[in-house]
Amino acid sequence: MVNSDKHRNGDALFKGIAQFFALSIIAILLLMTYRMVAESMPSIRAFGVSFISGSNWDAVQGQFAALPYLYGSVVSSLLALLLAAPLSLGCALFITELAPKRLGVAIATLVELLAAIPSVIYGLWGIMVMVPWLQSTVQPFLIEHFGFIPLFSGAPYGVSMLAAVFILMIMIIPIITSITKEVLLAVPQSQKEAALALGATRWEMIRIAVLPYGRSGMLGAVILGLGRAIGETMAVTMVIGNTPQISLSLLAPAYTMPSVIANEFAEASSKLHSAALMEIGLILLVVTLIVNSLARLLLWSVSRKLGGGAK
Amino acid sequence: MNCKVQIDKLNIHFGQTHAVKDVSMDIAANSVTAIIGPSGCGKSTVLRSINRMHDMTPSARVSGRIILDGSDIYDRSLDPVSIRRRVGMVFQKPNPFPAMSIYDNVIAGYKLNGLLVKKEADQIVESSLQRVALWDEVKDRLHRSAMDLSGGQQQRLCIARTIAVRPEVILMDEPASALDPLSTLKIEELVEELKEKYTIIIVTHNMQQAARVSDVTAFFYLGEMVEMGPTKKMFTTPEKKQTEDYITGRFG
Repeated sequence: MVNSDKHRNGDALFKGIAQFFALSIIAILLLMTYRMVAESMPSIRAFGVSFISGSNWDAVQGQFAALPYLYGSVVSSLLALLLAAPLSLGCALFITELAPKRLGVAIATLVELLAAIPSVIYGLWGIMVMVPWLQSTVQPFLIEHFGFIPLFSGAPYGVSMLAAVFILMIMIIPIITSITKEVLLAVPQSQKEAALALGATRWEMIRIAVLPYGRSGMLGAVILGLGRAIGETMAVTMVIGNTPQISLSLLAPAYTMPSVIANEFAEASSKLHSAALMEIGLILLVVTLIVNSLARLLLWSVSRKLGGGAK
Repeated sequence: MNCKVQIDKLNIHFGQTHAVKDVSMDIAANSVTAIIGPSGCGKSTVLRSINRMHDMTPSARVSGRIILDGSDIYDRSLDPVSIRRRVGMVFQKPNPFPAMSIYDNVIAGYKLNGLLVKKEADQIVESSLQRVALWDEVKDRLHRSAMDLSGGQQQRLCIARTIAVRPEVILMDEPASALDPLSTLKIEELVEELKEKYTIIIVTHNMQQAARVSDVTAFFYLGEMVEMGPTKKMFTTPEKKQTEDYITGRFG
């Protein structure tokens, strides 16, 4: 072949370009982490570990500690997950196992569309519709009947941890549902038939064959949802009340890590203030990286199991 | 003859495809009936209709009657779940539940309704595993994962799981096709023993296997039952030319 050299050069060139792009992703992550560590150095030096354990955030006095934000992020995300996981599982089971095929596809598509709605829209809906409803109806009801539990004590502000939990729940349902759906679809027909042949009803088949098989994949889906919830900024900022406090009550306003960064970065005048915000960003980065890696690992173990066949 | 399962003018369609055409068979209690035929002849399709497995396939349409002890299993008033408790099934590929131990796999059928005291469960596990000659091999590791077993052991575990719920009929869909010769032999011996208590219908593409294990053989071709008769006769002096051609290896 006359052209073979040319072809080979083309291949090498293509490989080189693709490799460059692939490596640049890693480089971006590393550089970003490096910059963030460098930028937050003043704050790390000034406060050390007390940055994570303390709760005093005072820009005027130059005192910064991030516990209320960490607490707000973790609690709002975990509670949202607690509510969203069973809902999503039910939704995914309905789509894959119970609904007629067409209805299942329609619902799955709608659920995925939910994920495409910009988070500021969720926030807008939250602040115009949900928060007033919480303030006028839900919170007074909770206070009246369950006010003796610290979880539901206080005054009905509307904007609150509860509002953030609800909005996050709605926002992470699509991702958990669609991944759980994939996991459930990957359960081999032979497993379901094994259960049916033993005289299982549809629900029993789901219980003994489908759910156990998809266990780790579903856990992966849930953790991926957690990663999304922790990083969510806009919608949460709009409804959580942005008050850096640690309160047991779900009705009290709170604050999250992404929210404080978004709210204060533009007006951070002192170097220490912006370094403190950067350090919060760093903590957020580390937390989401860990959560996402864990999720990927679990999902990966599922696909490996399926690839391995019966044995 | 004490007829356990009577198939009467069975027709099965998948969408536009007419997969099984006018099949009628009488299957005696406590016998082994083998269904043989080339791939795509409808033998597995017939087998799966006997415990209403096609109910899960939306495009499948079953007509005709399948009478189990005098009542039509496709009768609207009958629940497919109650049919499947009476008609168990062993599949082509061993399919133990991977998240369960060996012990739990055997009593999986009881876990459905959850009514089983420990002593009873122990007894069922032991006797079921004894019956499939797996007890001695696994009695020391009952609580380990079923996935640690070899393919042949897994298949015997699946048979133990099936007989643990005491069905009346056992359907076997090429139960040894994924196994090595030694494991195949064990499964065949097992079939021989199991017919004392159960009525067995086995689909196989292995003619020697049909000849070894069955009392009656039915030959299927292109969705129709060509011929059915005592196994010895089918393999020596079949009535139809097609049967003879298939058995002597001239096609299929």
